[in-house]
Amino acid sequence: MAERKNSGAPRFLVSGDTALIVEFGNAVDRRINAEVLALYHRVVAAEISGVIEAVPTFRSLLVQYDPLTIRHKELRTRLECLMKGLVGKQHAGRRWRIPLCYGGAHGPDLKEVAHRTGMTPKQVIEAHSAVDYNVYMIGFLPGYPYMGDLPKALELPRRENPRLKVARGSVAIAMAMTAIYTLESPGGWSLLGRTPAPLWDVRGDPPALLAAGDQVRFDPISADEFDRLERRANAGTWRMEAAA
Amino acid sequence: MNVGLRIVAPGVMTTLQDLGRQGYQRFGVPVSGALDQVGLRVANAIVGNAPGTACLEFAYQGSTIEVTVPSTRVALVGGTSSIEIGRDRVPARQSVVLGRGQQFRIGPLVGSTVGYLAVEGGFDIKPVLGSHATYVRAGIGGVEGRPLRAGDVLKLRCGEVADREDVMLPEPEPGLPPRVRVVLGPQDDYFTPAGIRAFLESTYTITRDCDRMGMRLDGPPIEHAKGYNIVSDGIAPGAIQVPGHQRPIVLLADRQTTGGYPKIATVISADVSPLGRFGPGAKIAFEAVSLEEADAARRKLEEWLHAIPSRLVSATRIRAVDNAALLSANLISGMVNAYD
Repeated sequence: MAERKNSGAPRFLVSGDTALIVEFGNAVDRRINAEVLALYHRVVAAEISGVIEAVPTFRSLLVQYDPLTIRHKELRTRLECLMKGLVGKQHAGRRWRIPLCYGGAHGPDLKEVAHRTGMTPKQVIEAHSAVDYNVYMIGFLPGYPYMGDLPKALELPRRENPRLKVARGSVAIAMAMTAIYTLESPGGWSLLGRTPAPLWDVRGDPPALLAAGDQVRFDPISADEFDRLERRANAGTWRMEAAA
Repeated sequence: MNVGLRIVAPGVMTTLQDLGRQGYQRFGVPVSGALDQVGLRVANAIVGNAPGTACLEFAYQGSTIEVTVPSTRVALVGGTSSIEIGRDRVPARQSVVLGRGQQFRIGPLVGSTVGYLAVEGGFDIKPVLGSHATYVRAGIGGVEGRPLRAGDVLKLRCGEVADREDVMLPEPEPGLPPRVRVVLGPQDDYFTPAGIRAFLESTYTITRDCDRMGMRLDGPPIEHAKGYNIVSDGIAPGAIQVPGHQRPIVLLADRQTTGGYPKIATVISADVSPLGRFGPGAKIAFEAVSLEEADAARRKLEEWLHAIPSRLVSATRIRAVDNAALLSANLISGMVNAYD
């Protein structure tokens, strides 16, 4: 591939007169992602007048600005300045352990995933819950974390027939990613299970539990434990705490 | 309690919108806000509100609304649509005072697919994540995160307005130039020269697949140079993505925060609002401009918006008909006719 996979010199991309994008590479890669987040934090700290918000994604940072307050050229100069000596620090975010009830009604695709990967359902659960995932970015839905990297043995394409309704809390996989449907939504990924954890609350600030750069590991729980935790979540008496 | 505007008939898709929810895209929350931000700002200026005060946004068709406060001043912006008060018509871009018990109706919108109703003082509704914008897909903001329904009562901040002269803005808000202006990028390098030529030289038709999220266009295919999948990145307002079907999709207020299709160009901010007034069947063409030209166009638009207060003129006082009296008169004559 001619694309620059590893982070070399980042490049600036223009998206109209209200957004400037700093692209660090063209791959899903922890090093590139860490650089994006490092610049994101610097941009936030710099409080540049005219910058409305910055949106970190897998491999680039979109900086939305008010062109009446700051000109494109000036913003670019400010960003170049902030990029000097930029070092992406991996595993810099918070660490979470998220309970996950695999299979059954909560994970309708577990058996099929096992079948297609040549593993037993138990092996799929073990493989999926044995890894610390990096939250690369939040997107698709409010609070929806794109996490990776999935163990190679679990990599599958998206489902051929997307579901019109995926239950809130469903944990899904596709390609090298795993994610959590924070709201009920249509979805094309394979559903392994469901978490009762409160990941999205519009009354909270921030409204999303997870942020880009966080580390997530799933703890398998039983269906009974799921019900017990879900009751606590619904009653609002369960606050997720990041692991030390 | 009867403390504001009661929705008698909501219309097709009526939501509360402002200039958008800023600062939460990194959590996957779309910006939302008015499709036509210029329209919203003009409506607010006419009733004397701050530019970003939340308004009702109508799509295709307005609402029928009853006033349940002592008095309120409203203004509609949206093409050449009008506010019907009994047999009277108050044109777009003109304020009018309505009293308790009066009903007004905004019918099918004319000359724009979106319309904005500003209310003096604004709505007394709690913002969600710093904004009143409604994002229906995730149920965020506005009234319970949903389009308005019959029976909804929207509280107003100002239940009795000062008795001053009503005003109107004689000239319409700036429209689209003959070709929608875009800045190429961020991923114009994902298209062949022939693809970019097709995009800039063809006429595209807005399809029925057109909503607050974006408008899908139909027309000559736009050829990709190296596939149509990119590693997902952020999306600016007005970004034009081209998926595998090779037809452009202009992403608007409710666009998702990230996406994995290459974006050939981005509509300049001065043209995003007027583009939002167009709907299915409309034909549009694109013209590439420089960032400097985009900046100049935006500055010109802002100057126009800032000058609104000085351009407002006194409106011929529309004596809003006492609707209750009218209604009872109609009822009586109707009954008489029925027995004739």
